[in-house]
Formats: sequence, structure tokens, C-alpha cells
Amino acid sequence: MKFFITIILIALLSFAACLYLPWWSIAIVAFLVTVLINQKPLPSFLAGFIAVFILWTILAAVISSANEHALVQKFSMLILKSNTSSLLIILTGFIGGLVAGLGALTGSFMRKRAKA
Amino acid sequence: MRIIPLAISAIATTAVVILLNTKYVLQAPLGKLLAPQSGIWQNAEDAKTKKSLDLKFPQLKGKTEVYFDERMVPHIFADNETDAIFVQGYLHARDRLWQMDLQVKSAAGRVSEVIGEKGLEHDREFRRLGMVYGAENSLKQMEADPEIKAICDAYTDGINAYILSLSEAELPIEYKLIGYEPELWSNFKTALFLKYMSYDLAARESDFEMTNAKSFFSKEDFDLLYPATQDSLDPIIPKGTVYTEPAIKPVAPASADSLYFKSVNVGSSNKPDPSNGSNNWAVSGSKTTTGAPILCNDPHLGLNLPSLWYEIQIHTPQYNAYGVSFPGAPCVIIGFNDSCAFGFTNGGRDVRDYYEIEFKDAARTQYLFNGEWKNTEFRYEEIKIAGKPSIIDTVAYTVFGPVMFDASFGAKRGTNKKNYAVRWKAHDASNELRIFYQLDKAKNYNDYLQAVSNLHTPGQNVVFACKNGDIALRTQGEWPAKWKGQGDFVMPGTDSSYMWQGMIPNAETPFQFNPERGFVSSANQKPADTTYPYYLGREYPVYRGVIVNRMLDTMQMIDVDKMKAMQTDNFNVLAQITLPVLLKNLDEAALNSSGKKYAAMLRGWDLRNDPQSTGATVFEEVWKKLRSLTFDDEFKNAPQPILIPFDNTLADALVKDSAWKFFDNIETAEKETLPQIFAQAIAKVAPELEEAETKGKLQWAAFKDTRITHLARLNEFSSLHLPIGGGTNNINATKETHGPSWRMIVSLTDKTEAWGIYPGGQSGNPGSKYYNNFVQDWALGKYYRLWFMTREEQADKRVQLKMSFSKG
Repeated sequence: MKFFITIILIALLSFAACLYLPWWSIAIVAFLVTVLINQKPLPSFLAGFIAVFILWTILAAVISSANEHALVQKFSMLILKSNTSSLLIILTGFIGGLVAGLGALTGSFMRKRAKA
Repeated sequence: MRIIPLAISAIATTAVVILLNTKYVLQAPLGKLLAPQSGIWQNAEDAKTKKSLDLKFPQLKGKTEVYFDERMVPHIFADNETDAIFVQGYLHARDRLWQMDLQVKSAAGRVSEVIGEKGLEHDREFRRLGMVYGAENSLKQMEADPEIKAICDAYTDGINAYILSLSEAELPIEYKLIGYEPELWSNFKTALFLKYMSYDLAARESDFEMTNAKSFFSKEDFDLLYPATQDSLDPIIPKGTVYTEPAIKPVAPASADSLYFKSVNVGSSNKPDPSNGSNNWAVSGSKTTTGAPILCNDPHLGLNLPSLWYEIQIHTPQYNAYGVSFPGAPCVIIGFNDSCAFGFTNGGRDVRDYYEIEFKDAARTQYLFNGEWKNTEFRYEEIKIAGKPSIIDTVAYTVFGPVMFDASFGAKRGTNKKNYAVRWKAHDASNELRIFYQLDKAKNYNDYLQAVSNLHTPGQNVVFACKNGDIALRTQGEWPAKWKGQGDFVMPGTDSSYMWQGMIPNAETPFQFNPERGFVSSANQKPADTTYPYYLGREYPVYRGVIVNRMLDTMQMIDVDKMKAMQTDNFNVLAQITLPVLLKNLDEAALNSSGKKYAAMLRGWDLRNDPQSTGATVFEEVWKKLRSLTFDDEFKNAPQPILIPFDNTLADALVKDSAWKFFDNIETAEKETLPQIFAQAIAKVAPELEEAETKGKLQWAAFKDTRITHLARLNEFSSLHLPIGGGTNNINATKETHGPSWRMIVSLTDKTEAWGIYPGGQSGNPGSKYYNNFVQDWALGKYYRLWFMTREEQADKRVQLKMSFSKG
């Protein structure tokens, strides 16, 4: 239960933060949430990763589909040398997930240290 | 002890963020770019949803409504003129900001700020040419004119209103990719943009190349290679026109024969594309089905995405104009209004000359002029370079102009140690915006005359047609009155005797007004024949003018469809003139089976550079080879750079004399004439043609491979492999990366009917479906009907989106 709440909280707060702050604020959000909600390091990382992976994948997919995938195809060719739009969407999710996951992991260690 | 994992984890997080937010390790800041709420995903425009906007700005005086049609062309309806231009600036910025910013950086010699050291050569050349100096001079004159200052101010305010409203997410994608930010606009930048057009159109000359040729060839050979006349010439103003006695009679200096026509110099500069040219014509009502004049124009320029052009309609209480505008300048540039239509082709006369300067010593603080030492003025050009410290380029200014080439700068052609000052007409103050400002409002021939009298540089052949039936064309511009041969070569700069002696008065501009033949036309050919009392130089393309006049001469009952067919016509006049002579001289026995096959293709060819034509490919390749076989042997040891003779020189020669001196290969004992080198040319290109054939690329469009490249040369953002024919000597002058940048046909019936297309799209955003949506139709020779919208039509189903601007 705690795990799912963490995911939802990180996802929602990341979305809100990115409306006003630089993209890497997702790391700070994930950090703060896992400081607040105590979990072991691995579940913390996973929660952060899954939260932003899903958030960014969905955001990118929704934007791209409204765009009829015009940009994503050109841009995939430019940086991935492939015109499969799904690859760039998943890469977007992965990058967001990784950064948020690492933030969450740091938060989890911080919490343990505070308790110790 | 948990401090170690905490530290490691914190450091890892920070490191990954830095890695993904910068270009230090990865080539692109992937995290920053792919973040869905601020990165490139934000440039993926919604293809369907259109939201109306209501914007308020304190600079505005009244209300302005903008209606966008299905092609996203804005139709601006404003309460007053300056509001309309404010909105034009806002929309240019909204759709084309990155391009505008880049073009102006390029004009000002500031490319290194963005791309680093590889921009330095360009930046130094532009600073040394005096682009900034010229723009400063023009700005003073523009701002001294209250009406022009008002529209420039409004235009600048409109652009800046948009820039200031931009969030990071809304930045054009190129800024995100390259990693920099737009700068605010200014009237000076508008002047710089216009100077850039002067560079593109009026910086063409071959002074160094010709100087080298003169130093290398005998006078007799030189005259054969660079004749002053063209056999096929059909000038813009027809032969037989009577000209008045000239007001200025420029006198060649006494030393010209001994010093100037015999001296030797070396060095050179980069040039704008030599095929920057265009077609325009107007036919009078006597030749049309409707009885109303029709005006056509297609300017040929470098083809890029985003396009140089932006379509727009501007409606104010004073005027109502439609056409294409330049993102970077206010007004409609080529187009029409409620009464008349107007268009341009380049005048192409030589208005850039060089003078050799003698400095007293290496400090260059004084130079010899009219027998005394005159003080040099210096301009210190600071060139900022991305990732490196700035450099200061010190440019010496003389009475002629800036010293462009010296020991420190030879524009890649290196060995030059002499000092050459450049005198360029575009250095002079001028107020070119006034032409467009007045043409947009012109109601009749007199208004047109008034408007174009403001045109100094780049000089243009300005075509005009009016609903009252008038048609006209003036070879307009402020041109130096030159003595014969002045400025063909680098000139001595130690006294005033070689300087320009005056400008040809506007009253002596060659022009046509309602001529008997029922049409006026221009295709960059020489404006007049030798009876025109001023020297016109020798570098003019000749064949497009021939075919344009031939078609218009015979055409009757003209309608818009005939004009469409003519504007996209692929007939090759050079081939028509030369191919029969070549085939008559064909030595079939000298060819192998492959050569015979291609000779047969030439024989069966219909002389049209159509997309599927294989004969066109064979001709173009054989012609190129024939030219190099003719001249390469003589030119091999000539000083570089040098000008290879023009196609029309070779054509005129081979038609007259199959044993022309230069057909002989001077490196062989045998004496070659046309039959030998024509057979050699076919034999030499045959393997290359065989290879193209195996790859399925022998058809002309596939072989030529026309493309429209993104300004940052990103293939992914470009339109490649376009199915289009044409070529240099066709009315459809489409080459690899160059061609008709806007095709327009205007029928001046009571209700104006107009068609047009440009190879691009209204949006400069590669993530928009309006980015290159016109390109395929353009390649196929299609046109769009231009909607000259009225206020009553605001509920029309063509309106896709509305924006309102008002004071607030």
C-alpha cells in the first residue's frame, strides 16, 4: 500500500513541479517523498522509477499522438537514427524514471540515517 | 553507518542530472530535451485543436483581428497601420523566430557566437565587407523618415512582445537543440536583414577572377573567352529602343590602357549563389481571355526550410495587400492590393568593385591618395566565439570603403598580401522599405513610379500591372555610371581617377510602359542592348529571357492555366541551340556501344528537362563534360580563382565554328575540333550514366535530386529527393538546392484572382504539420488559390483559427 501511495505521490508532485521548475526537480520531489514515506532502498528506487517512467511515457505519448507523430519521427531519426516513435517515447520515460529513482533512493538512505 | 550509501546515492543522482542536462559528455542534453513539459515534446504541435486567442498589449492603438485559413496564412484586419505591422511582427516571431534570429546573426557576422570557431571565416568576411557599416548607414536614413520609423518601431515591438511572452517550453526547437536563447529584436536588425538581401542579390562580381584571367591570357584569347556580347540576347528593354543623350559621361582615366587593363593582381572572395535570379512578366488585357492584365513572378533563390517567405494579408483602413513577406522585415514584399500587382527580378549589374590600397607602412595608419598620405579610420570588430575568447578584427576604412582583403584575411584563397578596399553600393544609406510600404498602397502607375524611385540597392527589374489595364517594367536601382570596362577588374586605389563618377539619374532608367507588343518581361538578362549609353558589364544569363519572350510573343487568349504551364515550363533553350549542331558533328564511329546508346538518347530527346526525361540527364552531363574538355587544358595553369567562360560563350562559339581555337586540347599533338571532343565527352560520361542507370537514377529528377534543406543542415528537418525537373536554362529554374522560391500569378480582373505557392510551409517548427506542407505540391507544379479575404467573410469555413489583438 505504502509503495503505491509513494508512486502516486511522486508522479503527481513531479507533474506539478515541472510546471514551474526545471525538469530535474523530479529528483528533488522523489527525494522528499521517500524521506517522508519510509521504505527500504530498493522499493524506494522502484517507486521513483515507476512513477516518473509512467508519467513521462504517458505525457510524451499523448503529446505525440495529438501531433500525429510528426515531430517524433524526425527527432528519432536525428538522435536515435530510427523512425520508430515508440523508442523515443520509452527513452523519455526511462530517463525520467532513472533520475526520479535515484532521487528516491537518496531519500530512502537519508531517512534511515535520520532514524539512526 | 549509512552515510556512505547516502553519499554515493546523492552523488550519483547529481551526476546523472548533470550528464542529462548538459552537453559535456553526451552530444545533447537528453534529459533537458526529452522532459515532456519543457523539452522538444512541447514543440510537437497539436495537429487538430485550434484555440482562439485574445491578446492585449499596451503598444496597440485599436483592435486587430487575425483569421488563419487552412494553409495557416494570416489575414490581418487592423484599425490602423502600425497595429497591423505590430501584429505582422508578432506573427513572424511566433512562426519563424529562430530563422529571423539566425539570418540577422549571419548578416552581422555573428555566427561564431552560436556555432563556434567554424563560423569565424564567414563572420570576418561579413564584417570586412561592411555589412554592419552599411546597415548602420541605412538605419539612419530609415529612422529619419517618420512613416518608416513608425512601422519599424511597430514591427520591432510586435516581435519583442512575442519574445518576452515566451516560456522555456515554447522556445523553437532549434534553440533547445543547439542550446542558446533568442535575443530581442531592434530596428537595426531589420536594417541588417535588408542588407542581407542586398548581399544575396547585389554582391555578385568576378573582379578578381577576371583580373587573373586578364593577367594569364593574351588579349585576343581573353576577348574570345569573355566576349562583351551574347548572340542570343533578347534584352529586357527590346532592341531598337531609342535612349536619350546621357546626363553623365564617365571618362576613363588616362592611365587605364597602360595601368588598368594590363596590370596583374591576385586574390578573391566568396560569392552569393550565381544563379540568384528570377522571372517576371505582365501581359496586357489585349492578350488575355478576360481582357484584364495578368502579372507573374517567380524569384529564384536558395531553397531552405524554414522558407525565406511568409504569406500574409494585411488589411487596414488605408490599404489591403496580399503576398509574401520576409520574416525579418515589415510589409508585403511581392504581391498585390485592391488595384494592382507587383513583382521583382534581380538587376544583377556590378555594384561591388575593389581598389588596391597603398599603405605607408605596416601600421596602416596612412594610405596614399591623390599624392598625399591620408589617415585611415579603423573599426574594431569584436567577434564573440562560443566556447572561446573573443577576437578583435581590425578593419581599415578608406575613402573607397573598408579594406576587405589584406595580409590577415584572404578568404580561403590565401597567398594575397596586398590590400584591397571594397566599394559596394550597399554601403550607401538608403531606405528600401519605402518601396514596399508605397507599393502595398499603390493605386496606379504614378504611385508605382513614386514607390520604385526609392530603390537603390539591390537594383531590381520591377514589374507592375494595374486594374485600369496598365502594365510596366522598370530596370530600377541606383547604378554607378561606369566607363567601358570600369570595375571589371581590380582597380588602382592611389587616387580618385578610378572612382565612380556619379550615379545614373532615375530619368534614364530603361523602362517599358504599355508597350505595343502587349507584354513586359525580365529574366535577369542584360537590361538593354548596346545603344544604351551606359556600360552594363557582361555577366547576365541569357536563355530564360529568350524563352520567356518567345512564348509571350506568340501566346494569345492567355488565361491563368497557360501562365501556370509557362511558369513551370522545362524547355531547354541552350539545348535547342546547341544540340542540332552537336549531333551534326557526332562521330558515331568513335563511340562504343554504351556511348552509342546515350548518343541515341540525345537524338531522341524532346529538349525538355522534364522529371522523367533521360535525355535531359544525358545532355546536362555531356554538356558539363564538353565544357571541361574545351577549357580545362587552357585553364589548368591559370592563377586561381578564375572564371570559366559562360555557357552562352561556348554555345555561341560552337554554333559558329566547329574548329574554335579552344576545342583543341593543347596537351596533345593532334588538333582536336568539335567532333573529337563531343565524342570524347560522350565516352567519358557514359560509365557514370551507366552507373546511374543501374541504380535507377537516370531520369532527370532522380539524377538532379533537388532538396530543400533545413537552415542548420539537419537532414531530418529537410525535404529530400523531390520529383521536380527544370534547370538553369529553363523557366522552371530548379537546380539541386536552388530554384523558384515563390511562384505567383495575379489576374487583375474586377475581383482579383491570384494563385501562388512556395516550397515550405507557414510554420517554422519542424514539429508542425504546417512546416513543409507546400513542398510536394510545389514540386509537382501545383498552385494554391490565394484567398484575398474580405471582412464580411470572417464566418467562412476556410477560417481555422482567430486571434484578436487589442490595447490593454
